[in-house]
Amino acid sequence: MRIVIGQGSCGIAAGAEKVRKALLNTGIDPALISITGCIGMCYLEPIVDIYDDSDNLTRLVKVSEADAEAIKSYVENGDSAAIEKLIVSDEDSEFLNKQTRIALRNCGIINPEKIEAYIEKGGYTALKSCLTEKTPEDVIEIIKTSGLAGRGGAGFPTWFKWNAARQSAGDDKYLICNADEGDPGAFMDRAVIESDPHNLIEGMLIGAYAIGAKHAVVYVRAEYPLAIKRLTNAIKQAKEQGIIGENIFGTDFSCDFMIKAGAGAFVCGEETALIESLEGHRGMPRLKPPFPAQSGFWRKPSNINNVETFANVAWIVNNGGEAFAAMGTEGSKGTKVFAVTGKVKRSGLVEIPMGKTLRDVIFDIGGGMKTDKPFKAVQMGGPSGGCIPASLIDTVIDYKALGATGAIMGSGGMVVMDESTCMVGMAKFFLDFTAKESCGKCIHCRIGTKRMLEMLDRITKGEGKEGDIELLEELCYSIKDGALCGLGQTAPNPVLTTIKYFRDEYEAHINEKKCPAGECSDLIEYSIDADACRGCTLCARNCPVEAISGSVKQPHVINTDKCIKCGKCYSVCKFGAVKKA
Amino acid sequence: MEKQKVDLSLLDGVLTEYASVKGSLITILQHTQDIYGYLPKEAIELISEKTGIATSEIMGVGTFYTQFRFEPVGKYLIMLCQGTACHVNSSELILQTIKDELHIEDGQTTEDGLFSLKCVACLGCCSLSPVMMINDDTYGSLTPDKTKKILKELREAAV
Ligand SMILES: Cc1cc2nc3c(=O)[nH]c(=O)nc-3n(C[C@H](O)[C@H](O)[C@H](O)COP(=O)(O)O)c2cc1C
Ligand code: FES
Repeated sequence: MRIVIGQGSCGIAAGAEKVRKALLNTGIDPALISITGCIGMCYLEPIVDIYDDSDNLTRLVKVSEADAEAIKSYVENGDSAAIEKLIVSDEDSEFLNKQTRIALRNCGIINPEKIEAYIEKGGYTALKSCLTEKTPEDVIEIIKTSGLAGRGGAGFPTWFKWNAARQSAGDDKYLICNADEGDPGAFMDRAVIESDPHNLIEGMLIGAYAIGAKHAVVYVRAEYPLAIKRLTNAIKQAKEQGIIGENIFGTDFSCDFMIKAGAGAFVCGEETALIESLEGHRGMPRLKPPFPAQSGFWRKPSNINNVETFANVAWIVNNGGEAFAAMGTEGSKGTKVFAVTGKVKRSGLVEIPMGKTLRDVIFDIGGGMKTDKPFKAVQMGGPSGGCIPASLIDTVIDYKALGATGAIMGSGGMVVMDESTCMVGMAKFFLDFTAKESCGKCIHCRIGTKRMLEMLDRITKGEGKEGDIELLEELCYSIKDGALCGLGQTAPNPVLTTIKYFRDEYEAHINEKKCPAGECSDLIEYSIDADACRGCTLCARNCPVEAISGSVKQPHVINTDKCIKCGKCYSVCKFGAVKKA
Repeated sequence: MEKQKVDLSLLDGVLTEYASVKGSLITILQHTQDIYGYLPKEAIELISEKTGIATSEIMGVGTFYTQFRFEPVGKYLIMLCQGTACHVNSSELILQTIKDELHIEDGQTTEDGLFSLKCVACLGCCSLSPVMMINDDTYGSLTPDKTKKILKELREAAV
């Protein structure tokens, strides 16, 4: 019998550590209790997995401290009635059963704080076979066969980059992992590092061997303290076992390993800005060429890949490039991890083979909307990506097919929106982000994003003018042309895609001064439906400006002159009597 | 909030370890902020002296990254997520609630020095959105009521 508690960041935020302490307090044999990383069913946290002696799993979800005694009585006396209400439903189990997990294969299964757990699952055998049986060229060939493309956003073939760095002159080379994960709404990389750090280390060491690097560096975002802690611990363990350091596995391959924490700048996800930041400077992108493969960290040949890219490598070496390439489409091979969030019912990590559709992810696996409002759009690729409308829900997950919509595959953020999200507001949200995060080097990006933000702000306030949409489009194209790095070149995408698919919404804001989604506070008005109002006074008590009047058990009214449209009455009303239009 | 006198000897360890390692400026600033809660002017001057990096350059780096602060923060640092997933799940409402409860804006500290508010983009717990982090604890699935309750509990715990 084993009791395993999911302790990724999400699990801990939902109370997993309190549950673990409560379980320990019940007097259950502490040796039975261990932890694992992110299971990926974040919407059901905290999760407690109980394995019996034949390793059959009973999964308990939304566990609280109060359930500790019930769990004890199940574990010690087999009292299954005690935990019945906690057992995961068949429907929820489907969330995992419908996935194909390669990058996430150990996540939520093994203990991320123990190297033995990773080794028991066949960990580090791929590295060993590379170092002892394969030449670096063989390794690059395997990756080429697999068709693995970069998971950080651009989807560039991994073998090509490795080969370029290998071919580059000089023997002081760096292999860098981009764990900056700047797309707000994406957390795949965090989950991999927190849940299976050795998989990342193994993938990186294989990459270092392939390109001939002696130094491996991980650049992690500062907002991920748990990931930094677990990775630091994993590096220490790997060093102790001789897996990092001099003469790894007794071969003449040596590689050291270092973590650098970012300091909060989205642009540092861009590879040349990342290198500037690693060197201790402001993260301003460099002109390319020279590419990092020729001149990167400390002007030495460097190769940068994303966390998820590396997380696939050991599996590919062990199973062969063909096995990976057997999954997916013509142009996109293997699997991809998505962080599915927003208004979706089952929110968490989904890894599926390329070639599935957005519908498969959002409806079949994600369970559709959690609200009673219909699906409106999904935002992919974060600030560099775009919004894909409901009419394109059958788009295939493939670099080319997604690119054709105007969005991108991106790093895997998938934010699902329903009819209550204003698309002009969404464009404004992203422009606010990119305007703040622009490093300021290029005028088009620095000033252009600001001007676009001002225009979007005007439009959402009902001050839009005829010609604004055209002007926005013009600005979009000039920013794309004038920006040096990917941040500026892609910043207009959220605006362009929302104009492309939701032009009527822009027009409603500009021409009729209406927000069809009912989100832009300047364009809506609240009123109380006298028939539905029971006169409970809750709204009046919550109104910060005393704009609501009425006696107990009598319909209330809102004084629209006083109303500041904060929406409190709307959110507190238990009878749906407050209307917004 | 009253600034306390800065004890520069606390920086000895960090500077001995990193001052002569090239490319370590950000790491040094991070440790400095861990020690003092912000980057005091005196500390920046000392770092400049020991590393040979001009104070103007240190300020350039410090102001570039959102992690760094130049003013002390309250006992509780509220980092409220305004990332995409949180935005779609009404984090704006939580921001409004915190502002109403504490009478501070983003980047400010309450007069009693108890709470500071900082809006950030994504804490990586998007499935529990809207999310905030207070010091080292993460709070998810926030509602205005839940937020008020958390603030109240912290305020009571502090006295
Ligand atoms: C503004 C900007 C932000 C980026 N952020 C990230 C990021 O957070 N993580 C990442 O892996 N790649 C990011 N990238 C892409 C990287 O520049 C680079 O292409 C990638 O790390 C290469 O790894 P891959 O080939 O394995 O995808 C970003 C690019 C731009 C332009
Ligand atoms: S968007 Fe708020 S935690 Fe990710």
